[in-house]
Order: sequence, then structure tokens, then C-alpha cells
Amino acid sequence: MTQFRIGFLPLVDAALPIIAHEMGLAQQQGVGITLVRDPSWATVRDRLIYGQTDAAHMLAPLAIATSLGLDRPAVPMVAPFMLGLNGNGITITPAIAAQIADETGVTEAGLAFAAIARQRRDAGKKLRLAVVHRFSSHNYMLRYWLAASGCNPDRDVEIVTVPPPFVTESLLAGEIDGSCVGEPWNSVAVERGAGVIITTTSQIWSRGVEKLLAFRQSLVEERREEVEALLRALHEAGKLIEQPDRIADIASLLARSEYVDQPEELIARALSNRLVRRRDEAPQKMNDYLVVHREAANFPWRSQAMWLYSQMIRWGHAPLDEAGFAAAAQVFRPDIYRAAMVGTDAVIPAASTKVEGAIEHPIGAGSVTGRLILGPDRFFDGMIFDPDEPLEYLRRTGM
Amino acid sequence: MRRRCLSLLAREAELKIAVIDESAARAEVIAEGLREAGLDDIHLCTERHGLVAVLNELAPDVVLMNLENPGRDMLEESFAISRAVSRPIAMFVDQSDERAIAEAVDAGISAYVVDGLKKERIRSVLQLAVRRFQAFSRLQDELTEAKSALAERKLIDRAKALLMKRRKIDEPSAYALLRKQAMDSGRRIADVADALITADTLLGGGQ
Repeated sequence: MTQFRIGFLPLVDAALPIIAHEMGLAQQQGVGITLVRDPSWATVRDRLIYGQTDAAHMLAPLAIATSLGLDRPAVPMVAPFMLGLNGNGITITPAIAAQIADETGVTEAGLAFAAIARQRRDAGKKLRLAVVHRFSSHNYMLRYWLAASGCNPDRDVEIVTVPPPFVTESLLAGEIDGSCVGEPWNSVAVERGAGVIITTTSQIWSRGVEKLLAFRQSLVEERREEVEALLRALHEAGKLIEQPDRIADIASLLARSEYVDQPEELIARALSNRLVRRRDEAPQKMNDYLVVHREAANFPWRSQAMWLYSQMIRWGHAPLDEAGFAAAAQVFRPDIYRAAMVGTDAVIPAASTKVEGAIEHPIGAGSVTGRLILGPDRFFDGMIFDPDEPLEYLRRTGM
Repeated sequence: MRRRCLSLLAREAELKIAVIDESAARAEVIAEGLREAGLDDIHLCTERHGLVAVLNELAPDVVLMNLENPGRDMLEESFAISRAVSRPIAMFVDQSDERAIAEAVDAGISAYVVDGLKKERIRSVLQLAVRRFQAFSRLQDELTEAKSALAERKLIDRAKALLMKRRKIDEPSAYALLRKQAMDSGRRIADVADALITADTLLGGGQ
């Protein structure tokens, strides 16, 4: 049986490789999985680069940055499978949340939060907000929300890096005023009274690109068929996670000490799209908070990589050039996804790019096999990203 | 030009090294190795809180950190910012270093180095750290083994005492009995002893 060592961080969206391994789906495809948990993205990345792991649960922008050599010598990466859309929350301290009126939507919360941030800047006590990594969707979504709400993320607040498991204690210690982090870490902060979930990334961009499964390009070239078998196992795991009656099982599996190591009840919240936003409040239905599998969520749209690259340029993390967009798009490999899913029941999109943020109501889309329905895909400020006109998009954001 | 060379030499002579590890014992083992090699300016950091501030204050030339330290992402972010400001510091990488880095990662170490230091010098520091790190792991394995050997010894002694009392035999005979049972059932003596003690407890022995 072919073996894959897969690196991951303790997060709910590491679910698919864990399910594939524990529920025998990998074995059915002739694949053995060993999961390697780490506390930092730097270590997940280094183990992958230097061959201690064969694949990794990874932040999509980090895979692009590593492939393009943005912060270290380039190592070509391949991302043929997405591990989910969104699933992150913006959690702020109860003291600041108390200054923002209840029941506000993402736009109103953004305006109110931006006003507080500017006041604090003027008082010489900038708010300090945590993201999980410079090259993370968390960083880009938080910045997107702040900027569109009238708060300059580089000048009006301070953005720092805090690993997910330390967010709660950093909030309690007053080291940070807020954080954009994945689950279950928002829920952990809420339960300990350390934070209030003020908004979610799914409210900022309803189909936001998030984690992916990354491989070294050289490994995929050498073990292409085995990689495809692994992807089919993950596809099967995706089908399980979409079954409401399996959520309890999956939550208790992820809760185990070798995986996320947090209470089952907190993990079940993200899986069932029901969040408790403030301690002791009733759970609220958050539509599409975390989309792990349905609507071809595992398909790596090249336009998602290009949107991320546009944000890297916007915030000075990558050079402004068209070749960069092309190189980022090349990291995402819809061709491998399609080849792997031939003969399965996967819905396979016909196109490799789409206009991001352009769907108001669910619509049918072209597919090679299966019936593809894409759900609402909107940025909260109504912006649209057309992958054919990335530079024009940047101009509209004020670059 | 001449002045720049001189300052580089001076910096090399007194390489300032920060060893960051949440295991104080391991940090000390690495530091000791570096000191033995004539590197005197070694600083240990075992606290996660305020790490970035400590390092900014310290301004080391080389940072050695265990790979499983959860502070790595925070540290890399602070290095990314410092790169933009004045003091370029990066993971010890350029294509020629790949092997040394791979060895370090295998051993469980990440290394960060200020720009402009001689690669050969850094490589020897890193190799030294790798050897000490591995030595520490071996030491720990041996310690674990020694501890479990001790625990087994105690189990066997208790089982022997039990047999001596119940069957009214002497110590060598009790041990022979345990050994025979182990051989007959293809188990380790310690496992037989454990089973015997468990059974005796369940059956209310010693009451």
C-alpha cells in the first residue's frame, strides 16, 4: 500500500485527511496515511519542503508564497485539492464588542469597528489584531474588511501573528484586541469569555478560498497515480462530512487528543454551521460558514489563486506584475483534480477559472460530469474579481 | 570597502547566538556544545511570552529554535518586518545551504541568520547544534528506557514477594517460577509479573 505522511495544524478544516484515514476511505483507495501534527505553519511548510511529509494541510496563500519564493528560495508547490472554503471568524474582546450594537451585519460591524480603531489610533493606542500568518486568507480577509470599512490595516491598527491555539490566552492577557482565526479557536475564545465573534469570513466573502492540500511538485511528478488515489479518498471523506447524521461522529473523531484536542461540542459548531457568537447566547445559524465539500468546494479554481495574489500585491507582499498572477494560478492544478475524479461521482467543472464574487443566487454552471450548482458568491462590498482583468481590479481597489 | 570587511570579521569573532527552546534542559545541552566550541556569546530563551521583544533587544546574529516550537510563525513574521526595516534576518537558506537545512530539519531544528555572515561559519554552528540536539534525543530515550527498566524491576520484585508468601517458597524459586511461566507463554517476565499482580488485586489478595 502506498504511504502518504500528511502535515496538519489542529483545526476543524484538517478534517478530510483525518476522516479519510480514520474511516477507512484511504485504505479503500490503496493509500495509507500518517498524520503529522505541528503547532506552526512554518514547521508544516518546512517538513513538506524538506521531505519529512509528502503532503500538507496548508494556508492557500502560504503555498503560493512558497512556490513563488516570496519569503525564502522558491520550492515549486502543487495544489490539486482544496480542503474547504471559509470557516474563520473575527473575534474581538468583549469590552470592544460592547461598544458595537448587537445584531449588526458585516457592513455595520465593519463601520463601527473601524470607527473604534481610528479613535484608538488617535489616542496613540492602536488596536492590535492577530492573524495566523502573514500569508493567510485570514490576513487578507481581515484587511479586506477593514479597508472596505474605512480603516487602513497598515496605519490604523497593528496586525500581528498569533498561532491559533494561543489566541484565547492572548486575548485574555490583553496582548491582542481581536483575531481572525479558524475553528474551533473562535469558539474556544467565546466559551472562555475571552472574545465575541463579531463577524465571519463567510460574511466578508461568501465563497472565500481557504486551506488546500499542498504537495512538492517533484513528488506529484513521481507519484502521480498515487496522488490521484489519495485525492479520491479525500473526495469520499468530503461526502461523509456533508451528511448531517455523521457530524457527531466526525466531531468526536476530530476532538481526539492526537488531532484538534478540543471539546467535541465546540468542534461540532463549525461542522454544523451553528456558532455561539457570545458566551451563554443561543447558537445562531451561520449559512455557509464552513463549506468543506459541496458545490465543488474541493475544486482548485485558478481564479482563487489569482485573487489571493491580488491581495498580496495590494498589501505589499508580492510584486505588481502579470507574470506573478500567472505563476500563482499555476500552483492550483484543476487538471490533476479532473484526472483524479474521472469515474467517480464528483461534479467536475468544465472551466478552470470563474469570476469571483459574481453570484447573487445559486446558479447552474458548466460541468464535465455531474450537475454543478454554485451557491451565492459575493464580497460584502459588492466588488467582483475578473481573472481576465486582474490589474483593472487592483486599480478599482485604489492601487 | 576595507572598513566593511573589518566589521564583518569583528562580528564573526563574537557571534551572538540565541537558542530558543521550551525545553530548558535541551537548550542548555545545545548551549554547552556551542560554548565548548569557543562560542561564548550564547543566550537561552525558554519563555514563549515576549519572545519577539527579547530577540529585538538581543539582536542576535544566529537564532536556533526547535522545529516544534509554537513561536515560529510569530518569529518569522517579526523577521519579515525587520527585513523591511534595517536588520535583514532570514531562515538559513540559499540554494547552497539546502542540504545543511534539510539535515537540521530532520534533526528538529530551524535556524535563522543575519544577512552577510560567512556561510561556512554558520554551517559549522548549525552542524554543532544538530549533533547536540541528536545527543539530547538519545539521552532522553535512554532516560525513558532506564525509567521503564526500573519500573519493571519493581513489578518483578512485587510479584516475587507475592509468590514467596502464597506458595511459601524462597526468592530464587519464585523468580524461576516467573521465568518459566514467561517462557512457556512467550511473554516477558515483567508482563507475567504485571498480570500476576493484577490478578491478585482483583481476587482480593493480601486482604
